Amino acid sequence: MSFEKFFNTAVSAWMSQEGPDSDIVLSSRIRLARNIVDFRFPTLFSSEEAKQIVALFERTFAHRSYGGAGRFELLKMSELQPIEKRVLVEKHLISPHLAEDSPFGACLLSENEEISIMINEEDHIRIQCLFPGLQLAEALEAASELDDWIEGYVNYAFDERLGYLTSCPTNVGTGLRASVMMHLPALVMTQQINRIIPAINQLGLVVRGTYGEGSEALGNIFQISNQITLGKSEEDIVADLHTIVQQLIAQERAARQALVKTLGIQLEDKVFRSYGILANCRVIESKEAAQCLSDVRLGIDLGYIKNISRNILNELMILTQPGFLQQYAGGALRPEERDVRRAALIRERLKMEDRRKMEGDER
Amino acid sequence: MICQECKQRPATMHFTKIVNGEKTEFHLCEQCAKEHGHMFTFYGNDDFSLNNLLAGLLNFQAPMKEMTANAFPNPDVLQCETCQMTYHQFTQIGRFGCVNCYRTFARYLPPILKRLHSGNTAHSGKIPKRKGGVLHLRKQLATLKQKLQELVAREEFERAAEVRDQIRSLEDELRRRGEGDM
Repeated sequence: MSFEKFFNTAVSAWMSQEGPDSDIVLSSRIRLARNIVDFRFPTLFSSEEAKQIVALFERTFAHRSYGGAGRFELLKMSELQPIEKRVLVEKHLISPHLAEDSPFGACLLSENEEISIMINEEDHIRIQCLFPGLQLAEALEAASELDDWIEGYVNYAFDERLGYLTSCPTNVGTGLRASVMMHLPALVMTQQINRIIPAINQLGLVVRGTYGEGSEALGNIFQISNQITLGKSEEDIVADLHTIVQQLIAQERAARQALVKTLGIQLEDKVFRSYGILANCRVIESKEAAQCLSDVRLGIDLGYIKNISRNILNELMILTQPGFLQQYAGGALRPEERDVRRAALIRERLKMEDRRKMEGDER
Repeated sequence: MICQECKQRPATMHFTKIVNGEKTEFHLCEQCAKEHGHMFTFYGNDDFSLNNLLAGLLNFQAPMKEMTANAFPNPDVLQCETCQMTYHQFTQIGRFGCVNCYRTFARYLPPILKRLHSGNTAHSGKIPKRKGGVLHLRKQLATLKQKLQELVAREEFERAAEVRDQIRSLEDELRRRGEGDM
């Protein structure tokens, strides 16, 4: 497969499109946890029950189209290769839990990859909508509409007092997890992030690395989400998160200006050194790649680097993950081989920018 | 150095295990280390997952349990009829087995929910449309009743009368629906 073809099929809409405040907010996500009455929760359901649930969703929703999102395709975890599953995790379309620990797991994925419905993860279903930039309210509306559509076919477990019943008491009530992925390099460089994270935690929000619980904040990308699901309406949960995110955006912008003022040419130097590494490296580990990508992206946002599209960070952070590299290579790779492949892929992608630019100049 | 397990790939993980003062050195490749359970699973978060933390939180309730021991039966012997999960298992796993667990363990849930959700114990968000018809009306009714009280307090009687009429028609509607549902 040619690089461009691989690349174009690998990138989903939310990675390549821009949204509001997308210089800092990479994506917004809404997840709704729902269960169906008459089935035990995935905690201890029988394989028979699990199969019935998958069959129910396959029968009712697979191959149907939904609005502008396109047709739904049903992917069964048991029928996917480990690398394919890993790619879906790296694209944030399914959770590591569904890929690894859910033998009867499945996923209904929309054609544009904006909507994914995980089946038999921790709950019977988890509806997920992923939007580029800061679009929490829009994502909530989309998820809620989809929720209503599904509800027309299945009977949700709902309690008048406790709301939607979920297998884990941390999700009961709205079953809603709203989260944003933010690129905060200046807050990291100025070390303000160390004061900000505890403050955010006190407000009932959680700050994590890119791939969820316990993962490291690679490339200065942080995931911020609500913790409380009970006692607040969906709109209030999203509005509260939105307010905090806007404050963070303001602080990050202020920190960037302060860095430009105090560091000046040194900041520009850091950006271009990182660009030099990415454009010329032959072996690169994911951690170094993430740091360099973050620097380059900051350089683009600050106007130091021109003619490279901003989405390079979103795209390459995902495409240089082990699963993608192995899919591109067409088989399993040892970590050292991955580092070579990663370097090659990044160089290719940067060359693609040059080609696009030259074509643009000719026109 | 070559991996001591598969003797093919180069060893990239080096570590020393000390069990009862006995030292063992390991030199493994990533793959063998994973297979032998020396590494966390590939996202590295299984040992410190939310559910483990949650189970800790639930067990933390022990002192309270003793206090209520006289009033309520020992929660550890409570068992859900539908899925057979015991309260003790629930506190270990941190997850319910089925919808009915919520009813079975209802008495012990409020303090847990309060701790997890900043003191909240009741849902105030979306209601499913299908079963929500009556619930929606009840919610609307509650809002209107509150509005009526406010209007009366402010002595805006004309508007209060309008709201009162709305309340009456809602109550009629609820009565009709209630009969229909039975």
